[in-house]
Amino acid sequence: MLDFHGYGPELLRGALVTTELAFASLALALGIGLLGASAKLSGSRSAKGIATFYTTVIRGIPDLVMMMLFYYGGQVLMNRLSDYLYYNYEIDFFVQFDPFISGVLTIGLIFGAYMTETFRGAFLAVDSGQIEAGRAYGMSRVQIFFRIMFPQMLRHALPGLGNNWQVLLKTTALVSIIGLSDMVRIAEQASKAEHEPFKFFIPVAAMYLTLTAISELAIKWLNKRANVGVAGGA
Amino acid sequence: MPEFLADLLNQNAIFTATTVGHYWDGLVTTVQLVFLSLVIGLLLAVPLAILRTVKNPFVSGPVWLYTYIFRGTPLLIQLYIIYYGIGQIDGIQDTFWWDIFREPFYPALLAFTLNTAAYTTEIIRGALVATPHGEIEAAQAYGMSWLLRMRRIILPSAFRRALQAYSNEVIFMLHASAIASVVTIVDLTGAARDIYSRFYAPFVAFIAVAVIYMALTFLIVYCFRRLERRMLRHLKPLNQ
Repeated sequence: MLDFHGYGPELLRGALVTTELAFASLALALGIGLLGASAKLSGSRSAKGIATFYTTVIRGIPDLVMMMLFYYGGQVLMNRLSDYLYYNYEIDFFVQFDPFISGVLTIGLIFGAYMTETFRGAFLAVDSGQIEAGRAYGMSRVQIFFRIMFPQMLRHALPGLGNNWQVLLKTTALVSIIGLSDMVRIAEQASKAEHEPFKFFIPVAAMYLTLTAISELAIKWLNKRANVGVAGGA
Repeated sequence: MPEFLADLLNQNAIFTATTVGHYWDGLVTTVQLVFLSLVIGLLLAVPLAILRTVKNPFVSGPVWLYTYIFRGTPLLIQLYIIYYGIGQIDGIQDTFWWDIFREPFYPALLAFTLNTAAYTTEIIRGALVATPHGEIEAAQAYGMSWLLRMRRIILPSAFRRALQAYSNEVIFMLHASAIASVVTIVDLTGAARDIYSRFYAPFVAFIAVAVIYMALTFLIVYCFRRLERRMLRHLKPLNQ
């Protein structure tokens, strides 16, 4: 059998950290994506401008650079804020900027930009007759959004969301670089200590493959469900 | 470096001539690494994509497996496996390969090349499969051989269809190359990390490098847009 020199449980714990990180980032990215898409589709010029600036900048910067900016820069900012609050208002407030938070922030922000584009396209794909029908029924804007736009948009957004999720899952590996004890970092430490890189990295690679394969199945199932009401749909 | 520029730089606390030089070296390394891996990756991807469309599963199967594995795992893991793994191969330290792969640049180049080749293979395969049947039938009717058909009809039109997706892959590769700094290569990100730890100035160090990456990204986008306009000229509406 495989002998992980006692690193087995730690590797499994690392896999759990990877999954937690991925889901937390996904939640943030979905929130930002919805906000961004609403901003891009709103009539407000400044909201549109901010959203466009955000998606353009994010797509120009490597994820690792942004992660380091948040991780190292976030702590410096936090220290300054903490000093300022303490000296001026005697408020003792401090948050340690740990790798997990920086990772979630970075991945959430990056994929928020991609989700923005996905959601924008999906909202535009909703038949305008549906919205007019909602208005004709006397629904308020909020009602139209939650009862008509949102449920119908999801069907169009799902394939894009699935792709983004698969890329996001692989991006989580980067957070090991700023020190998060996910499965990549544990495998790196173990392989350095035991001088057996293949023994630790190949199982981690297989774990990622398993995660992406499971996601693929789940996305297929969701797609099928979302298209249940569509004649001839997938 | 011109005199006035050196004077200007010497008055700046962080952007001295030394650090700007360091960034420049990093830029050169990044561009070399990305450009070489993209070119070699593309050269590998074209034949692999053709093999991937072959009906015989013993031919297309291994290519599928290769792209599935390399697209399903993070590039960082691939880099670690190659970087740490190569030294563990029995007897490699006695061959000339060791002189090459002892430098971190070459394991990184190998990892990046294999990764981009996998993605590019799938992009080109998608474009090959989308070739209209009529074009292939017409070529057959002209009595073109398989090779001639490939060279004159199928590949040129597939490249046009693949261009859009390939430009995304190029940008993805530029951004992914930042992880080269993890295996001690001083690329752009590596330079930023050095300057950060020397001056403890995270904002200056990383924002400067982010701006350089952004400029490179926009340059790539611009070049591809020009290329698209040239290659897809025949698809443009007439009176424009």
